[in-house]
Order: sequence, then C-alpha cells, then structure tokens
Amino acid sequence: MDDEVHGGRSPDGVHQEPVVKYRKVSKSFGSTVVLNEIDLDIYPGEKVAVIGPSGSGKTTLARMLMTLEEPTAGTIEVDGELLWHQEVKGKLVPANEKHLHNVRSKIGMVFQHFHLFPHMTILRNVTEAPIHVQGMSRAEATERALEMLEKVGLSDKVDEYPSRLSGGQKQRVAIARAVVMRPRVMLFDEATSALDPELVGEVLSVIKDLAAAGDMAMMLITHEMDFAGEIADRVIFTDMGSIVEQGTPEQIFERPQSPRLQAFLSRFRQTWFMGGVQEASISAEKR
Amino acid sequence: MLQTSIWEFTPLLLRGALITIEVTLAATVAAVLCAFLSGFLRLSKSRILRLIGTVYVEVFRGTSLLVQLFWLYFALPILLDIHISAMSAAIAAIGLNYGAYGSEVVRSSIVSVPKGQYEAATALNMSPWLRMRRVVLPQALPLMLPSFGNLQIELLKGTSLVYLITLTDLTYQGMILRSYDSSKTPEIFAMLLFLYFILAYSFTWVIRFLERRTAKGRA
Amino acid sequence: MWDWSYAFQILPELANVLPITIAATVVGFAAACALGLPLSLARKSNYKAISYLALGWIEFIRSTPLLVQLFFLFYALPLYGISFSPFAAGVLGLGLHYSTYMSEVFRSGIDAVPAGQWEAAKALNFGKRRTWTNIILPQAVPPIIPVMGNYFITMFKETPLLSAITLVELLQTAKAIGSGSFRYLEAFTLVGLLFFLLSYPSSLLVGRLEKRFQRK
Repeated sequence: MDDEVHGGRSPDGVHQEPVVKYRKVSKSFGSTVVLNEIDLDIYPGEKVAVIGPSGSGKTTLARMLMTLEEPTAGTIEVDGELLWHQEVKGKLVPANEKHLHNVRSKIGMVFQHFHLFPHMTILRNVTEAPIHVQGMSRAEATERALEMLEKVGLSDKVDEYPSRLSGGQKQRVAIARAVVMRPRVMLFDEATSALDPELVGEVLSVIKDLAAAGDMAMMLITHEMDFAGEIADRVIFTDMGSIVEQGTPEQIFERPQSPRLQAFLSRFRQTWFMGGVQEASISAEKR
Repeated sequence: MLQTSIWEFTPLLLRGALITIEVTLAATVAAVLCAFLSGFLRLSKSRILRLIGTVYVEVFRGTSLLVQLFWLYFALPILLDIHISAMSAAIAAIGLNYGAYGSEVVRSSIVSVPKGQYEAATALNMSPWLRMRRVVLPQALPLMLPSFGNLQIELLKGTSLVYLITLTDLTYQGMILRSYDSSKTPEIFAMLLFLYFILAYSFTWVIRFLERRTAKGRA
Repeated sequence: MWDWSYAFQILPELANVLPITIAATVVGFAAACALGLPLSLARKSNYKAISYLALGWIEFIRSTPLLVQLFFLFYALPLYGISFSPFAAGVLGLGLHYSTYMSEVFRSGIDAVPAGQWEAAKALNFGKRRTWTNIILPQAVPPIIPVMGNYFITMFKETPLLSAITLVELLQTAKAIGSGSFRYLEAFTLVGLLFFLLSYPSSLLVGRLEKRFQRK
C-alpha cells in the first residue's frame, strides 16, 4: 500500500504531490553507515516529527535535505526537482552550486545551537538573507523582519546583539530568521535540546503557532514526545539508519508495534503523558 | 672633528623616518594583500591552488628576509633583464615575506570561525562568497588583529634592512650622521633606537584602536 | 641568464661558510636562552620595580631593529673601550635580541606548571634551587621545546644580518663572489636555496615535535 512505503497522505486527505521525496537515500561516513536506503515522502503543509535514539541518523536526514551533507547514494527531490543531481543531456550528474542554490531556497532550518550571527543585531540577523539573498529592499526586509520578530515575541530586542539574549530568545530569533525566507519546508533539528528546561516552553509555543499558521511543511527532530504528539500529523521512528515505524502520533505512542520502538518509548515512559497510556497496555503488547 | 649637538641630527633623522614610514605603510598594504590572497588559496577546495599557496608561504617563510631583499634587488633584474628600484624591491620583498607569515594568521582565523556559522548561512541560502563576506570574515577579522599587530612591528623592524640596499631610510640617515661625526656614534644609534621605538608604539596604538572598534557586539 | 656550471663552481665556496652561519646560530641561541631565563625570572619577580624594569627592557629591545642593535654593539661600544669581533658582536646581538622573546616563552612554560607542584616541593622541604632544578624546570621546558625550536630556525634566518657588521657568513660570501664576477644571480639564488633546504625540513621537524607534545 502506498501509505506504507511513502508514509502518509497530505493533511487534507487528498493525494497531492509530495514536496520532498527521499528515494533510496544512503549516507556513510567512511565505513560507518548512518542512513540505509531511506524512502520518505513529505507532503505540502505536513508536520512530520522524527524521533529515535542518538546516532539513528535522524539529524543526517535533515542535514542532507538542507544540503549540509551529501548523500552517498540515492536522490532527494524538492517540489519535483532533484536536489543533489541535475539532468544534463538525459544523464544524472552531481548538481553544481548554482543548481543547489536554486533548489535550496525552498528549505529552511533551525539548529540546536541557534547559530545566530554574533556580529549583527537581532534585526540584521533577520534582514540579512532577505536583502542579500532574495534581493529585497532594506525597507521591505525590515518591515517583514519586524513583523516576524513581533510574532515570536521579541519586538523589544530588535537592536540588541545575540550575546545579550537568553537561549530561548536566541532560538526564537533563529526561527524568525528562517521563517522570514518563506521556505516550503522547515527543518527543526532538536530545536529545544540545548535549552534550559524553563526556556523550552516559549520556543515550543512559537513552533506551535507556526504549525497552526499552516502551509509550510515541517520536519521536527525532537525528544519532546508530548509536543510531537500535539502538532505532528505523522511521527517517524528511526533507529540504526532506517525508518523502523511510522504512523499517526496515536499509533506511534499508544500502539507501538516494533520491539525497538517499544524499548525506546519505555525509556521515556516517566517523562511524558498522553491520554490513556498505561504500563499495563505496553507490557500487554509485549506478550 | 666637528662637534655637533644631537639636536642637529633631528632634521636628517626625521627625513629618514619619513622614508621608513613610507616603506612600512606600502609594504604593509602589500603584505596584507599577499596574506589574504595566499590565505584563501590555502583554504581552496582545489589541490593545485592550495599547493601554490603553500609553496609561496613555505618559500618566503623558509628563507631570510635579507636574502630575499638582495635577491629581488640584485638577482631578479638580471634574470628578467629589467631595472628594479630599491624602493620597489624593498616593498616587494618585505610585503612578500610578511605576507607569508600573515597568510597563516588569515587561514587559522577563518578556520576558527565556528562551523555552525557556515551552516546557518548555508541554511539561509547564502552563496559561498556572500557567506564569506558578510558572516565569516567579519568574525574572523577581529581574531586576526592581535597577530597582525605583532607582525606589523616585525615588519617595521624589517624595514631597517633596506639601508643595506641603499634606501635612504632612518638607519641610512643614522649611518650618514655617523660619518659626519663618529664620536657621536652611541648617541646617534641611541636616537635611532628611540625613534624606531616611538614608531613601533604608534603602530601598536593604531592596532589596539582597530581591535576595540571591531569588538562591537561581543560581550 | 642562469649558468649551471658556474653555479656548481661556486657552491663549494658557499658551503664552506655554512659552518660559520650555523655556529653563529647555535651560539646566539645559547646566549638567548642563557639571558632569557634570568629575564623571565625578573619579570615574575615579586618586586614591582624589577618586574617593570624587565618589562621595559623587553619591550624596548623587541620593538627596535636587530640591525641597529648590532650596529650599536659593533660600532658604538668601542668608543667606550669595549671591542667585539664581528662574530662576538653578532652572537651577542642575536642573544640579547632574542632573549626578550625567550623570556616570554620561558615565562609561559613556567606558568604552565601547576601550582600544586610548588606546594608539593615546599611540603617536601625542597630548597629554592632544588625546586627549580629538580621539579619546576623539568616540567616547564619540554612543552616549550617546539616554540624554542621555531626561534632557533628564526635566528638561523637572521644570521645574514651579521654581514652588515662584516661577519663573513653566507650572504657576505655571496656578495663577495657576486661583485667579483658580476654574476649575482647564481650566488644569491644558491644562498636562498641553502637557507630553504636547511630551515624547511627543520620547521617540519618542529611541527612534528609540537604534535607529539600536544598528545601528551
């Protein structure tokens, strides 16, 4: 069945063309295989959460889409266009920088460690790419940036430098910086993992608002299970370089099928709560 | 023997100082250009470009400045059958020599900018050139300044060698004065040292000023 | 243009002077170390006056050209009755000039020895001298050997300056050969080559040493 291989329908239930297609994507670092022949589709506007143990390859999955790592094998398509390859005279050749640049414009990413530009004010951090990459006028970029910074609740900090902000504030700026570019797909690579616990909520709430606003597809690599359950249309569990199981949040968290997923979730048993999960039901599954 | 007071030396010494400053500034510009050019060559993805950069750096770091000076002034004109003025040879030799040392400063400063900055810039779809210009270099430059400051002083000291290819710099004028009144030799050399010291401190002051100005935004 | 046979002809003459260049480097380096250690101790002295005097001396010598310092030693001191041979003036000049750099290197090496070592020495009732020779210096020196090695190579490349105070070393010999036959190209190129062939492998060696000490 289609759903099993490619994972899902688009949110409105009607089959649209996926905005991202991974086909037999593999990645090795030397002799270490990090990802093994991944097939994955992401639909426009779909929110996909990716969970799994460290080293399972989930970060690499996102980084390859953001062109930060090159796949060892396989292809990735964005909006119908090959990302890492070009067709030259009917043959597939590795894409040049110009091609990467064109396709990359549809992807945005928020990093675990924010990576704000320390030598620029918050406002400049957000206007820099619209002006110099998208060719926007300074006035228009500033307007959009201020709008975005207001949405993430940082209007009062626009002229500050990143060193003066808390981790949660920095991450909110990083989100504004990425979203202002209007990508088709936003990647969140463990966006809250580097934050002190009391700052996690403010960032999750911004991401939640983004998800609700609608038309941007999102890939959220996260350990925040309850949050994933709240906003994701689909949850993917990766382990040792493969997609082991995927489904709706309800399927994944309440009725995990594979032993590996069950083992993984049991480690989080004490820290998340989701209506109806009992120890008993999990041990019942094991029988 | 003509008895002269050391204050009569001053005009001649100042004229020499002017040449010294001229050579220093011109050679500094040349050195900075060489440093950045070769620094970027050594960061290039192309093996050949990296090799060219490395050969330049190792050759000019591995041989003596005075030898390079002599070579450019005496040997190169013979090889290419051209005339090279002492000033040109001086600026070229000093610029190339200290540019080679500066190359390592440039390279290591750029490399020490955190990888995350490169990735964030890529995620925003900045081209490599844009990324270098607006994200990496502005963060690398403040890191280069302290080492550049040290090299600047070494460069200033290096200019004293141009006396040996008959450029009329500060040291040259000192030697001229000595020929007028050799009994004043200690005083003359003491004044030379003192003037060089003042020049060195002025340059240090400029570098410190630049360091402060580029430190904005950092806590 | 380049004449290979001429180049090979003058090569032995140049190679003959190499020992003087190397001797000047070795003795100058020894002098720099010998003068640098007391200077570094002066910098670390608890008496502010001594410390600042040392600092002033270091800053002054480091900021002024070695050439002028050599001239001072060779041409000015005789007026006060102190006469040096070109070699003596040369190694003294090199030693004085680079002792200021060495003092900073020694200082950082000594500072890198953990404070606990001093305390342990005291607890075991080591005298001041023994503390230095048996405990501190053996720990301070090995990590700074690569840096010292680099300065050795630097001093080697500075020896041509000694030609300005009439020491007959490599550059001076090349000048003499060149002016005699009006062929400067081969002479100066060979000198450059000789310096490179000696200093480049040495700097690679020092780099290797540095990596070894980093791993410790």
